[in-house]
Amino acid sequence: MGFVTLVVVSIIIFGVVEFLPGDFSQAILGQSATEETVAAFRKELGLDKPAHTRYFDWIGAMLQGDLGISYSGRGASGSDLSRPVIDLIAPRFWNTIFLAGVAALIAVPLALILGIFAALFRNSIFDRTVNVFSLSAISFPEFFISYLLILLFASIWPIFPSLANVSDDMSLGERLVVTALPIVTLVLITLAHMMRMTRAAIINLMASPYIEMAQLKGVSPTKIIVQHALPNAWAPIVTVIAFNLAYLVVGVVVVEIVFIYPGVGQLMVDAVTTRDIPVVQACALVFASAYILLNLIADIISIVTNPRILHPK
Amino acid sequence: MNDDQSNLAETTLFRERRSRWEILVLELSKAPVSAWFGLIVIGIYCLVAIFAPLLAPYGEAEIVSTPFVPWSWEHIFGTDQIGRDIFSRLIYGARNTMGIAVITTVLSFAIGGSLGLIAAILGGWLDQFVSRVVDAIMAIPSLIFALMLLAIFGSNILSLIVIIAVLDSTRVFRLTRAVSINVVVMEFVEAATLRGERLPWIMRREILPNILPPLAAEFGLRFSFVFLTVAALSFLGLGIQPPTADWGSMVRENASLIQFAQFDLKTALTPIIPAATIGLLTVAVNMVVDWFLHQSSGLKS
Repeated sequence: MGFVTLVVVSIIIFGVVEFLPGDFSQAILGQSATEETVAAFRKELGLDKPAHTRYFDWIGAMLQGDLGISYSGRGASGSDLSRPVIDLIAPRFWNTIFLAGVAALIAVPLALILGIFAALFRNSIFDRTVNVFSLSAISFPEFFISYLLILLFASIWPIFPSLANVSDDMSLGERLVVTALPIVTLVLITLAHMMRMTRAAIINLMASPYIEMAQLKGVSPTKIIVQHALPNAWAPIVTVIAFNLAYLVVGVVVVEIVFIYPGVGQLMVDAVTTRDIPVVQACALVFASAYILLNLIADIISIVTNPRILHPK
Repeated sequence: MNDDQSNLAETTLFRERRSRWEILVLELSKAPVSAWFGLIVIGIYCLVAIFAPLLAPYGEAEIVSTPFVPWSWEHIFGTDQIGRDIFSRLIYGARNTMGIAVITTVLSFAIGGSLGLIAAILGGWLDQFVSRVVDAIMAIPSLIFALMLLAIFGSNILSLIVIIAVLDSTRVFRLTRAVSINVVVMEFVEAATLRGERLPWIMRREILPNILPPLAAEFGLRFSFVFLTVAALSFLGLGIQPPTADWGSMVRENASLIQFAQFDLKTALTPIIPAATIGLLTVAVNMVVDWFLHQSSGLKS
């Protein structure tokens, strides 16, 4: 199922480029390009072939790790300083994975613990504080949180750098210090969503009859949660986590721009500004596949923990 | 008082149904503080957006002073990187940012809502086809998709509105289809069909009134989502283009001022203000939607 989605998504990503208004090569090479240059450019990009042939060429090349060649750096005179897209994406890809991965590692357990506690002590002061906090974290844009953190921890009280300027020769510790603020921002954004949904899932579950039965039998509260609630809660919780990692994908783009972090999100925004289509396509494919992969893993985990899903009534 | 008179009095009392306005006033007087807060904030934002030219002390793109003037009585929040008054731009920004978000949300409801209704009423291959297309679009995170489309169509206000509206209409479609499928099977819809009513009539007069409350709540949520997306795209420099004043790009333009917090805290707050105005409106909308959902779902305590 996930594979089918991926194929459909790749067709969409490929297909939208077909709707490009006007002659694309003309637009890239500029007004002064000669007819021969335009024709050569079209031939080089394979624009003279029919769409389905180009799709299979494109997807075949993608699978072999050849993401095409960036449009930028081409001159009207035919000079060619362009770079393969894979060289642009590869180093940034690991940076983005690092940023998102660390944020997820912190946010997921924290969200689960906070969400479960908020659900258990519903309507308590703890629950209400957490609710108000998470509602405002959801409502305020990502860049508000980022700049507030920069203001507090990089400007007024300078303990962290405001620019996440990483280089390859940094140790893990140095990297973490430099990327502390972007990571905290991402944690805050995803934490709020995830926690609210975990809370809702647990409250839903605690209302089911078998929990009431256990309570009436006199089973201790911890035992109810560990033995009765949690085994059934894994499926909804995993779905919630996968769903919310989408906010991480979106958040990464904005956060990378704010902190000028060399990641795929920043590359994508730059490429959109210069309308460098192969780079945009490749970045979109990277983000979309990451998102689909996460959902696929979540589906597998929910089926493993709850085989009933496989057999709908 | 004899029996006749009291009967008459009762019937006249009964006849005097509360008008919609009275019901509204009654419900409002029972509304919680958060809903009141939300309504007032939304009201103020709307007034500011409508009367922007009267309220703003300077023009939207008018260069009135030297760049980066600190906060003062002449320029309440100082001036930006080319000497435009930030307070005036904030006021005009209400008009531009909110206006675009409203248009986009209305458009996405027009697309998603009508497609959802048609899919629910007609069913069959059309329903299957549109639903699968929507599934496919929703498999890509919407900001990423929007970025890709903006790269292709170029970033101008028209394509921004259309792209976000189309992407957002997928969620509206799902909701409309889900809620109206329960209504389509009702007898009165069948009666209307047998009576020979056409599709637009059935959509508008038979089904729409019955699914209005969830759609209205969704409108609020979609609005805040669209609003945040437009702000994020403008912040990335791909949404509303300068010199049009807009809260998202204002944050970006003045971001460097944050570095001076140790010397002048007020100036450093300048880029935070437009971001905070965005957040405040979203919070307000969420509060009103919460209250409305609570009212319409019959969860009254």
